[in-house]
Amino acid sequence: MGKPVICLGIESTADDLGVGVASSEGRILANVIMAYTPEKGGIHPREAARHHSRVAGEAVRKALEQASVDPEDIDVVAFSQGPGMGPCLRTGATVARAMAVYLGVPLVGVNHCVAHIEIGKLTTGVEDPLTLYVSGGNTIVSALEGGRYRVFGETLDIAVGNCLDVFAREAGLGYPGGPAVEEAALKGSRYIRLPYTVKGMDMSFSGLLTHALRLLRSGRYRVEDLCYSLQETAFSMLAEITERALAHTRKSEVLLTGGVAANRRLQEMIRFVAEEHNATFHVVPKEYAVDNGAMIAWTGLLMFRAGVETPVEESFVRPRWRLDEVEVVWA
Amino acid sequence: MRKLLAKGAEAHLYLEDWQGMRVLVKRRVPKPYRIPELDGEVRRFRTVHEAEMLHRAKLAGVPTPVVYFVDLKDYTIYMEYVEGERLREAVERMDASERRRVFELVGTLVGRLHAHGMIHGDVTTSNMIIRPDGTVFFVDFGLGEVSSDVERMGVDVHLFEEMLVSTHYRHAEELRDAFLRGYRSAVGLETFKRVMEKVEEIRRRGRYVSERRVGKVRDVQRG
Repeated sequence: MGKPVICLGIESTADDLGVGVASSEGRILANVIMAYTPEKGGIHPREAARHHSRVAGEAVRKALEQASVDPEDIDVVAFSQGPGMGPCLRTGATVARAMAVYLGVPLVGVNHCVAHIEIGKLTTGVEDPLTLYVSGGNTIVSALEGGRYRVFGETLDIAVGNCLDVFAREAGLGYPGGPAVEEAALKGSRYIRLPYTVKGMDMSFSGLLTHALRLLRSGRYRVEDLCYSLQETAFSMLAEITERALAHTRKSEVLLTGGVAANRRLQEMIRFVAEEHNATFHVVPKEYAVDNGAMIAWTGLLMFRAGVETPVEESFVRPRWRLDEVEVVWA
Repeated sequence: MRKLLAKGAEAHLYLEDWQGMRVLVKRRVPKPYRIPELDGEVRRFRTVHEAEMLHRAKLAGVPTPVVYFVDLKDYTIYMEYVEGERLREAVERMDASERRRVFELVGTLVGRLHAHGMIHGDVTTSNMIIRPDGTVFFVDFGLGEVSSDVERMGVDVHLFEEMLVSTHYRHAEELRDAFLRGYRSAVGLETFKRVMEKVEEIRRRGRYVSERRVGKVRDVQRG
């Protein structure tokens, strides 16, 4: 056996800058995440990008230190090429290109959503799961079929994590919003009717958010009850779509990932759906479920070993790159 | 006496002798992962909605099973059991001229729905029953909605075309031509042009790939 291949991966699709290092033995050697917290309001893409460029050097240094590798040990540099916020993506891509050129190693552009699934497979040991990927930017039910991660269901508008974040912010529950809503929901008990929008295999969360905010501003309801109702409604929609996709694909493993995967109530519901269909249930550990560089490094490594490289002149970012556009040649 | 015909993710279908008739019973089953208040709400809404859509389709001249009774306590629709064969299987035994006639008819029926402000939401040959007299019934409106949005019409047409390619690939082109002929005659040339522009746009952006469509075929197929 030769020396393991080492890949450094850079993640910068939204508010976090992540740098990870993975080795071809299937080991994650480093996973550094530098979070950008907006002073007020949501993520401002340009502000976030500015943060990323400010901390990128330090993040790379930390990651190399954590992994105990020298720059010369890196065989390939990967970066999240999309989907995500343009300015943020461009910052990560610039760092990655510079490193690849300086080190004289190949560059690999990775699809962020694909990376979430691949790191989930690595860290939980599942082989061919139906994945529910829920975060601030994405809400997707997907499984591998015919060489691609097919999208069986997705949001038609905003992501479920975005819905929870905005509600928490407006309710003054603080940041990050998901955990705050989860905690408040534990003290809620009365279900308040909210729009439940499932269209075929797709979901909509914007109407749900608007309505919940309207009820919040009316001042006639307890915030705890609203959080409880918001979670129950949004997560039931996710569970329904997951169940349909599971019945259709007949996969025997269900993988829950993304920032919202940490929510206990969601875990409980999806676990129930999985067990009903005789599938095993797996949640990606938090540090690998949120946006992170390790997933980019690991996926970049898989792609590189399958012969995929992204020439610098073709490494433009793809803010709207869909999960199902990627040919999974390494599977 | 109830006999289970098919079990889906959302509903179970039974054949039952009821009030001296043989009826199809569609019962939406509870989902234990949902809290009871929400679960009841969702099942209630969908049961009422589907019954309404089945009826509304008749007003557009689209044959659908007669709804005899809606039991909201049990989230159940009692409807006419349409004797016949699923179009999906029936196609395979038809000769060329019969195929053309039937798919032109299907196009006309989808066109009538659209012209009357209805979207089917799941236009596949699995959801159509052809009776021995050649009449085609649309039997599942679980995903139907009231809308005059050209985009939605385009999705209906696009999904049907995709289904032809994946399921009836041997005659896909001929069936598509027949379908569109019927569809155009029902919606009129102007709407037809607008819908087909949408279909082209939907196809280009690749928003709806065929696997997604297959994923939409749910529980309500007759076995």
